[in-house]
Amino acid sequence: MPSNRTLPELVCPAGNLPALKAAVDNGADTVYLGLKNNTNARNFAGLNFDATSAREGIRYARERGRHVLLAINTYAQGADIGRWRAAIDEAADLGVDAVIVADIGLMDYAARRHPDLRLHMSVQGSATNYEAINLAHELFGIRRAVLPRVLTLDQVRHVIENTAVEIEVFGFGSLCVMVEGRCLLSSYATGESPNTHGVCSPARFVRWEHGAESLDARLNGILIDRYRKDEAAGYPTLCKGRFQVADDTYYALEEPTSLNVMEMLPQLIEIGVAAIKVEGRQRSPAYTAQVTRALREALDAAGREGSRFTVRPGWQQALAKVSEGQQQTLGAYSRPWK
Amino acid sequence: MTQANLKLALGPLLFFWPREKVMTFYRAAIEWPLDTLYLGEVVCGRRQQLRSRDWVALAQELAGSGKEIVLSCQALIEGESDLKRLKVLVDNGELAIEANDLGAAKLARDHGLPFIAGPHLNIYNGETLAVLARLGARRWVAPLEMSRDMLAGILAAAPAPECEVFAWGRLPLALSARCFTARHFNLKKDSCEFRCMEHPDGLTLKTREGSDFLTINGIETMSGATQSLLPHLADMRASGVGRARISPQAEHCEEIVRTFAAVAAGQTGSDLSACAKGGLVDGYWRGQAGIVKLGETQNASA
Repeated sequence: MPSNRTLPELVCPAGNLPALKAAVDNGADTVYLGLKNNTNARNFAGLNFDATSAREGIRYARERGRHVLLAINTYAQGADIGRWRAAIDEAADLGVDAVIVADIGLMDYAARRHPDLRLHMSVQGSATNYEAINLAHELFGIRRAVLPRVLTLDQVRHVIENTAVEIEVFGFGSLCVMVEGRCLLSSYATGESPNTHGVCSPARFVRWEHGAESLDARLNGILIDRYRKDEAAGYPTLCKGRFQVADDTYYALEEPTSLNVMEMLPQLIEIGVAAIKVEGRQRSPAYTAQVTRALREALDAAGREGSRFTVRPGWQQALAKVSEGQQQTLGAYSRPWK
Repeated sequence: MTQANLKLALGPLLFFWPREKVMTFYRAAIEWPLDTLYLGEVVCGRRQQLRSRDWVALAQELAGSGKEIVLSCQALIEGESDLKRLKVLVDNGELAIEANDLGAAKLARDHGLPFIAGPHLNIYNGETLAVLARLGARRWVAPLEMSRDMLAGILAAAPAPECEVFAWGRLPLALSARCFTARHFNLKKDSCEFRCMEHPDGLTLKTREGSDFLTINGIETMSGATQSLLPHLADMRASGVGRARISPQAEHCEEIVRTFAAVAAGQTGSDLSACAKGGLVDGYWRGQAGIVKLGETQNASA
């Protein structure tokens, strides 16, 4: 682990074992992963860990002094929530450093059954204010909360000043424009959402239609975007399509962009953020390696240089290459739309 | 469970109407066959035609009717000004609140105030419900995306506290820090000119083929279609649901409430399709995509 203890932890995604190793090898303090089922919010085919690969990943990280978190961050569904309880039990059995949980019923179970298991409130838990975070701390002893990507830097600071719970924020990756845990758009269109199935705009509902002049991207039959032959087509995440409102056709909700807080790292350190998270368990090991390395170098530099810190072109280029839509934004932290 | 009729609730107004229209609406609605009225601003802190104290005053006035009056809290609590408005509602000291955020549930508990666990609290199982019941929830609203079968399973094991289901209206599907109405008019959120007031049922968002898909309502994104569980009221009651929520809309609200009341009492009524914006859907209740129309099945494209 890096020696400078005032720096926020760099928390990086691992969709599989090669990605986990890439994160560790490139300077992540902590990696987070999910099991191969709908108990986590990146429940994609070919992704995630079984008990064997999780043990191997934990061993690899531990030998190098890093931490491993397990995301169990969908909402336990219905009368029989055995699968979610089993995931909590498995996390305790594996000996992960913490579980990332959204559902307060599951937090209650974890706190009672495994009092030594460290609990983090998932971003999917939609805790945007200190009263909500402090309630989860009081009831279940949560040690950290991951803030939804909706708060300004000042609002993040205000939360930190009013809670004993560590605060983790997103630093890089695809941008949810909606409050995490409070978006049902995907189930409205397909029947499956992050809350229920751990997916958004799931691939099995995507259909590409090639026309003479255009390429149509459909989600469960619904036209999400239509591209000219010379336009780059993106995955039809439904909030990132072009739609008609009144007489305008435009990105009515959000343009495809990535969040990138690199230039804000000194402020995030200064206000006392405990951890900075990289989104993207669904991305390749190469993505994880590239983003982890750039953020590791940037975070170390920001810690050394403080207000003199400047973003190096090489880091920006590395991140730009893997950004969605090749565009980046500071998102809610600076609120350009405000 | 008793087999009393399903009770009816008028959900909080999700749109931004001028003060006079709001006052006129509720003074009429209090005479309709409703058991509960929810009052308050759930969507956006910039909507101040009625401030929190005005909502409390209106609620206290209407509480004299003997109907249950609940003060609904803003769903997205981002900063201290949002918390202050929330505290004004909690400090009313008497009327229950609808908590749409864990922080609101905490403040209600701290004040010994009963609360309704609103649809944004994400109660997907009995354990989560039990946690909120221990904090003082006397009723809960099921997540909008929950199917009848899943809900019936939860209610079979946890018949109390009472469950309420969103039964009519454009579905409030998502919340954001951003304002999509302001974005549409190329305005910044903090100088939005309160354009939401020009759209008493929201702004329709269509696909590039011209199909109604969603509705823009400030920071909220709603369904383009109207969810109607009117054909399912008997099934709702049989499943253990206690109360059906009707979400206010600019027109036809009285007709909708009276029709629901008649059907809940076992009479026949119109299907209300003439009162719906964007057509009628009920997919969520039937375990399908929310957008699936009444009587139809899931699009087979997947």
